[in-house]
Amino acid sequence: MEPNLFKYVWKNTKRDQIWILIIVLLSMPTYFIALVVPKYIINGPVQGLGFEGADATATTFRIAFNVPTWISDAGELVLFSGFEFDRIGTLIILSSAFLLLVCINGYFKFYINLFKGKIGERTLRRLRFELIDRVLRFPSAHFQRVKAPEVASMIKDEVEPLGQFIGDTFVQPVFLGGQAATAMFFILTQSVWLGSIAAFIVIVQAILIPWLRRPLVGLAKIRQLHTRAFAGRIGEIVDGISEIHINDTTNYEKAELSTRLGDIYYIRFALYKKRHFLKFFNEFLSQITPFLFYLIGGYFAITGRLDIGQLVAVIAAYKELPGPVADLIRWDQSRLNVQIKYTSVIEQFATDNMIDPAAQKLTKGAVEPLTGKISVTNLSAIDDTGSKIIERASFEAPVTETIAVVGELNSGAEAICDVLAGIHSPATGQVTISSKSLQDMPESVIGRRIGYIGPRTYYSQASIKDSLLYSLKHASEPPETYKVFGDHDDSLVIREIRASATSELVATTDWVDYEGAGITDQADLTRRIFASTEIAGLADDIYDLGLRGTLDPVKNADCAEKILKARVVLREQLTQLPLSKLVEPFDPKKYNPQQTIAENLLFGTAVGNALATTNLATNPYLREILENTGLRNKLFDIGVKIAETVVELFADLPPGHPFFEQLSFMNAEELPDFSAALARVGTMKADQVNSADLFLFLKLPFSYIEPRHRLNLLDEDFQNQILAARSKFRDNLPEALADSIEFYDPETYNTASDIEANILFGYINYGIAEAPAAVRKAIQKVVSELNLREDIFNVGLNYNVGTGGKRLSIAQQQKLALARVLLKQPDIFIGNNPFASLDQQSRIASIEKLLGLASGKVENHKPFGLVLSVSELELAARFDRVLVFEDGVLVEQGPPDELKQKNGRFARLLEKA
Amino acid sequence: MALDDEVGALRRNPLFAKISPSKLKLLAFTSERIDYEEGQDLFHMGDPSDAAYAIIKGSADVLIDTPAGEIKVAQVGKNAFVGEMGIICDVPRTATIRACSHLETLKISKEQFLQLLTEFPEAAIELMRVLGDRLTNTTADLSQARKKIQELEA
Repeated sequence: MEPNLFKYVWKNTKRDQIWILIIVLLSMPTYFIALVVPKYIINGPVQGLGFEGADATATTFRIAFNVPTWISDAGELVLFSGFEFDRIGTLIILSSAFLLLVCINGYFKFYINLFKGKIGERTLRRLRFELIDRVLRFPSAHFQRVKAPEVASMIKDEVEPLGQFIGDTFVQPVFLGGQAATAMFFILTQSVWLGSIAAFIVIVQAILIPWLRRPLVGLAKIRQLHTRAFAGRIGEIVDGISEIHINDTTNYEKAELSTRLGDIYYIRFALYKKRHFLKFFNEFLSQITPFLFYLIGGYFAITGRLDIGQLVAVIAAYKELPGPVADLIRWDQSRLNVQIKYTSVIEQFATDNMIDPAAQKLTKGAVEPLTGKISVTNLSAIDDTGSKIIERASFEAPVTETIAVVGELNSGAEAICDVLAGIHSPATGQVTISSKSLQDMPESVIGRRIGYIGPRTYYSQASIKDSLLYSLKHASEPPETYKVFGDHDDSLVIREIRASATSELVATTDWVDYEGAGITDQADLTRRIFASTEIAGLADDIYDLGLRGTLDPVKNADCAEKILKARVVLREQLTQLPLSKLVEPFDPKKYNPQQTIAENLLFGTAVGNALATTNLATNPYLREILENTGLRNKLFDIGVKIAETVVELFADLPPGHPFFEQLSFMNAEELPDFSAALARVGTMKADQVNSADLFLFLKLPFSYIEPRHRLNLLDEDFQNQILAARSKFRDNLPEALADSIEFYDPETYNTASDIEANILFGYINYGIAEAPAAVRKAIQKVVSELNLREDIFNVGLNYNVGTGGKRLSIAQQQKLALARVLLKQPDIFIGNNPFASLDQQSRIASIEKLLGLASGKVENHKPFGLVLSVSELELAARFDRVLVFEDGVLVEQGPPDELKQKNGRFARLLEKA
Repeated sequence: MALDDEVGALRRNPLFAKISPSKLKLLAFTSERIDYEEGQDLFHMGDPSDAAYAIIKGSADVLIDTPAGEIKVAQVGKNAFVGEMGIICDVPRTATIRACSHLETLKISKEQFLQLLTEFPEAAIELMRVLGDRLTNTTADLSQARKKIQELEA
């Protein structure tokens, strides 16, 4: 990249810079005239100059040039003879002209600033895109040295000030320099002496200030490196947060960060000190000049070498000088700042062995499949520290073969997989596939024809579906229309994209490479997604996630309808044994003993906090309902009874006793409050106690469930009262609470609950062994009867995997990785310990499954070549070929039977296992 | 069944007989009620041990897996306490318990049970007595079995 910011800016914004310069120059005359017009207004119409006599008129807007007499006899060339006006007319016309000029000037200013902002932001867009492109082209080894937040902070924050500066890069110095030079020239014409003094001071400033500012450059660079490292450390803390907690190192981390903050503080402080001293010094220099003007100019005037008018004019002209000069210095300051930032960022993005852009060219359509042989000759590879991890390995095998790579940790077995997948570059030697060198192979071939899974797969935050399709998103067409912030015409959007040389494609179009993966249409893709997740063992997980997922019944009306049908079918089964004993369905006319009193009252799912169980006692609307239905007194009594039992049972347990964990009504700290309240309340009724005590006890019954807590507190009377309150609560619900609850309605889909709850529409009974499993099975059955499985699976596909896939279990992440490689139907499948995080049994099952797939025995799946690092040696014996690595050396290779007979390393290893 | 009934059932179990009713109520309150239907397993031999069960109503078979298949070695009924061996010795389940009728139990978690033993030495002594009895029986069975083997070998 261009190391010099100026050259970079000039190269990319040449035309714009020239254009804005022209506009600035064009704005100068009106600017000048606007300064002059007030003088004419005062001198002319206001003071009456040129209007001698009552009806006198004067000519305005006369445009004429003095020319030699051979062109015109009058000695001037009149382009426009002007208008004749009387005094008032002239005043009005001149004042209007002034207003017009102000408007024109304002518009110029607006246009210039807007344009400058535009080229600045455009160049910033280009620069950021270039940096991102570079990140994508970094050799993989480079990423072991960089920290993600540092790269992010460079691309995001450190180049940001450039946007403001780029528009000013050339215009500002030319413009301000011009102004300063004019003033300087004027002074010089008035008095060579005084002019020389002013020039001298300016030159001193020009030399001294940059010289004094040099340490600032160093400091600014140090500050930038420190803040960047600081961002890196914060990223590390976020990534390693659990390590911090399990090692009790929060204080250590705080100390470390605090030191860093201190460093940044002192660096910044040093910067301020220097900067403000410079400012002081600079201002001092500027004041020196007037001092000299007064002294020397005054002396000249007294001695008669300069007339007073000249002195005044010089001083007036000098007043014009500091403004532009100060601005120039400010410009220079930010130039310096931005240049430092730019170079220090660019340095970080210039690394050796960048991937050739040609290798990442957008390639549409299918690429040639890999056939023939994998051939490795004299291959050596080194790791980050420079030590050899593979030494002069050579082998050859058809791409369709299944190859097991065997060896201990760091023996080279894992490394060879990474080299074959193009992740790790060889130090010396050659890898060719289909007689083409792997290193010269474009990513469109490697990425589409080779499938790779490492020990850990990274996922961006996206739905499961998008994560699966990620392996197929190779190319796309530009979109029909662009959706950008604000409303902009497509042609303008495209022009802007081209001006900043960023991508004309957008991520929201269909990127799926149907042809390459042999997929015919959308329906086929859905089938393939299902098939590959089924093979990978992920389909059940996705279905489960779907069951626990929510649905928008408006957008998915069909699915919601099916779910409601499933609810009806299941409801029928719930009335019969054995399910009737396991589930208590929601019934608007029945008290559901399996639910809390609160849930029975609300008969719906609370959305948000307003009607959450803990806030019910204080909710004004509910209080009103309780009071009107007489429930308040009853609930209060129940609350007192619960408190009595709890206090009786727990009173002499020390705080922190494990039994407290089983207590759901209150925590150990609240216990003394309750026993004090009990003593206060005694046998009083709800309307006799103060409101604090009332709420204290009212809070308790809401979470009471009879079959769970078994205190025998709910009689039929009370249940009927609750039912009465339930309908009252629903019928009179105020508008403000309408969004805080989603009522259970047998006829409608409950958007606040998940799909499973919507199908079940009831509560599983407490204390019945294996009830949840049995209910699940029943739901499963209904789901398959009604062909709902696919719909639920699709809901599951929309589940968000979270940053880095953290919302999936490690095993699910690994299954997802496998599913998405299968989806792309590769010619060669390379696995470097791909099932490391599965238990041994599932690991063996997965490898067996892969072997079956590779041989083409599985329906709907093309056979492929397989290269896999295998730690289970009996399994390795079932591959076509085995490579045995020891200390980076390929010590043995061949078909496993041959190797067994040879009685060499592999045979010995097998024996040991 | 309400808490008080469970307390009554617990009191009839020799292990808990000497513990005050209020403590038993606490134990019942903090424990989980689980009901089983005939044929359902409380736990299976080899499972990790996480809780013991006080049988309040019904009866259950004690079964052992052998190479020759499952063998029923005993039957336990009302007021019995099962699964305590596993949690005291921290070993996997040594037998399978299967409900042979409708069975109501109180599930007492490992932490709760151990806490109870440290707080009520009476319960611990009672437990020792129960285990001692069991050992005596087992030793008697063993010597009888040995005698049988010797006779067979001779």
